[in-house]
Amino acid sequence: MTTVIEKRDLTDITKLFVVSSPLVARNARPGQFVILRVTETGERVPISITDFDPVAGTITIVVQEVGRTSRLICALEEGDEILDFAGPLGLPVALPESGHAVLVGGGFGAGAVYPIACELRARGVVVSSIVGARTAELLILRELLEPASDHYHPCTDDGSLGYHGFVSGRLVELIDAGAGYTSCFAVGPMPMMRAVAEVTRPRGLATMVSLDPLMVDGTGMCGGCRVTVDGRTQFACVHGPFFDAHKVDYDQAVARSKTYVDEERLACELAGVGR
Amino acid sequence: MPIVYPHKIEMPCRDPGERRSTWDEVALGYTEEQAVAEARRCIQCQDPRCELGCPVNVPIREFVRCVALRDFEGAARAIRRKNLLPAICGRVCPVEHQCELHCVVLGKQEPVAIGRLERFVADWQRAHPSNGAVESVARRPGKVAIVGSGPAGLTAASDLAQLGYSVTVFEALHAIGGVLRYGIPEYRLPKAIVDEDVEQLERMGVEFQTNVIVGKTITIDQLLDEDGYDTVFLGTGAGCPMFMDVPGENLKGVYSANEFLTRVNLMHAYSFPAFDTPVRRPRKAAVIGAGDTAMDGVRAAIRLGAEEAHIVYRRSEQEKGARDEDYRRAAEEGAIFDWLTLPTRFLGDENGWVTGLECIRTELGEPDESGRRRPIPVPGSEFTMEADVVVIALGTNPNPLVPQATAGLETDAHGCVRADPETGATSREGVFAGGDIVTGAATVILAMGAGRKAAAAIHGYLTEKENEQAR
Repeated sequence: MTTVIEKRDLTDITKLFVVSSPLVARNARPGQFVILRVTETGERVPISITDFDPVAGTITIVVQEVGRTSRLICALEEGDEILDFAGPLGLPVALPESGHAVLVGGGFGAGAVYPIACELRARGVVVSSIVGARTAELLILRELLEPASDHYHPCTDDGSLGYHGFVSGRLVELIDAGAGYTSCFAVGPMPMMRAVAEVTRPRGLATMVSLDPLMVDGTGMCGGCRVTVDGRTQFACVHGPFFDAHKVDYDQAVARSKTYVDEERLACELAGVGR
Repeated sequence: MPIVYPHKIEMPCRDPGERRSTWDEVALGYTEEQAVAEARRCIQCQDPRCELGCPVNVPIREFVRCVALRDFEGAARAIRRKNLLPAICGRVCPVEHQCELHCVVLGKQEPVAIGRLERFVADWQRAHPSNGAVESVARRPGKVAIVGSGPAGLTAASDLAQLGYSVTVFEALHAIGGVLRYGIPEYRLPKAIVDEDVEQLERMGVEFQTNVIVGKTITIDQLLDEDGYDTVFLGTGAGCPMFMDVPGENLKGVYSANEFLTRVNLMHAYSFPAFDTPVRRPRKAAVIGAGDTAMDGVRAAIRLGAEEAHIVYRRSEQEKGARDEDYRRAAEEGAIFDWLTLPTRFLGDENGWVTGLECIRTELGEPDESGRRRPIPVPGSEFTMEADVVVIALGTNPNPLVPQATAGLETDAHGCVRADPETGATSREGVFAGGDIVTGAATVILAMGAGRKAAAAIHGYLTEKENEQAR
């Protein structure tokens, strides 16, 4: 039984949930995800784990309303039960033991880099976080990520807070100013991760990105989440979700993510909500 | 002396035209009169070889005799002694390769329709539930974890619960049944039947935990060392789909059979938008492969509205793996069979949607390792075929999640867990395995047979452990 024990509005459309799930919290590691289903007729959707506490038996997730199912999730309130909550899924992200890691989070991707920041700090790795949003009030989880980072660099598209521009632009500045990063982990919308990859590739900075393709079971059974990495087909659910950013076929990943846009539009219309 | 008919009594079926637009069950089952008449075709031979062809040794001669005598209750009792899932087996067993293959009348006439009779008896029992509650069995010490709720796991759970052990079944998905739930479509195996069998096990005291991915949520070591389980049975199946590794395979609209069927069966995509999970509705579907799963895929495509639904297979009709009945039904429903056809690449449009297949004709050469004749491409026979949905049904590999997460659990070169074929014992003490995770993709009834053998071995293991502790 998985119960919502805390809900926070991070923005109008982005919610943080702390849920009681001792079973999932027991073995969770940074970089893994859960699969949720909230109604008997509902879809199974993967969501990154933002935080986990095996002692308290809790998992924290951040969900942004983008379509029908994410709206249903965001409508959950404290005390509500989540019908199905399975995980932790995927491989934990492979993390370095030393050096200086730069974490790049775009939009709600900030939620997924937080557990990586915590684990890296615990290992003694220096952590810089570059976090971006369209505007200041959409920049989420500063209260968690800033204390978990040695250096915290907010960015906004409109310049209302921090760097004026995209996270990839700030990353260029920092690298070229001699920040001395030895590894990079980026989570966010596909165009952002791709832009980060294009920044770090010519600069020789090893980079991992977290892919979140469409999934059904999340256990390697259906292959719906396949992505091409280094010319080979991989299943994001069991071989990922983190992959070498410089080897991902982004065009294919973007195309596949749009498989059901028409159906999604129809579902939203029927539910009386805009996309 | 009854009149002996040379042919099986036909089982009433929905009209093929009607079938194309409904997910309701195709085969309607025998009436009592039909069942009795079919049962009377059995000559009750001294040496019922049919029973040797059954992986779980159902007392076929006895139950068929009961049916012939209209003792349906007795027939049900006889079957249940050996098979707790007869409504499922009566529908999905490849009987022509098992019990019916050994029927002594075969050769002179068609074999007795054992599968149809088993189904009749099981359905009769479902319609006439015995009023007695489940017999309570004496509890034994011993806590068993069953990993996977498919046919192997359900059979092992049932046998061990009947012996009085406390049994917990862990299932990764949100619904119980494994391949019976996600793989086999409603029109062939109504899910209400799976639900009833699961409820029966619950009444026997079996505990089911869904959404637990053993190897991720909890490891085998944690089950044994921290959570107090005395033994583990692995029945995790052959869940990993094989692809062809040809260009264009990741175009939109190209599915593994597992994904296509899981969307349809488990997630009810055919009821989209009443259910939230979509599937692409085909206009022209191409299903690659010719086994049971391929037939499920092509018939699902027809029901989703495909104007044309093709089976594309690199060998000939002779080498197909599908059961005769499902092959025949697919043909009745309008499936088109492209034998001796090998896809070499998938073609797509500028938006990444699949639009067709490039294929080459083949001819058959000498038999390969599988014993089937090897397909050899015919130079110059290339052609393209239109398709907006492609379903790849070329088989599955064992699911690697548990072996990867379990130290000391040996696997073979194919990723199958190594287990003693008689006991299911693995290289890890206290861990047993059976079904597709051991054999690679096979059948429901073979998995059930393996679950049964492992349950017996687990009983032996736990008894010995108990005796050691008493000493």
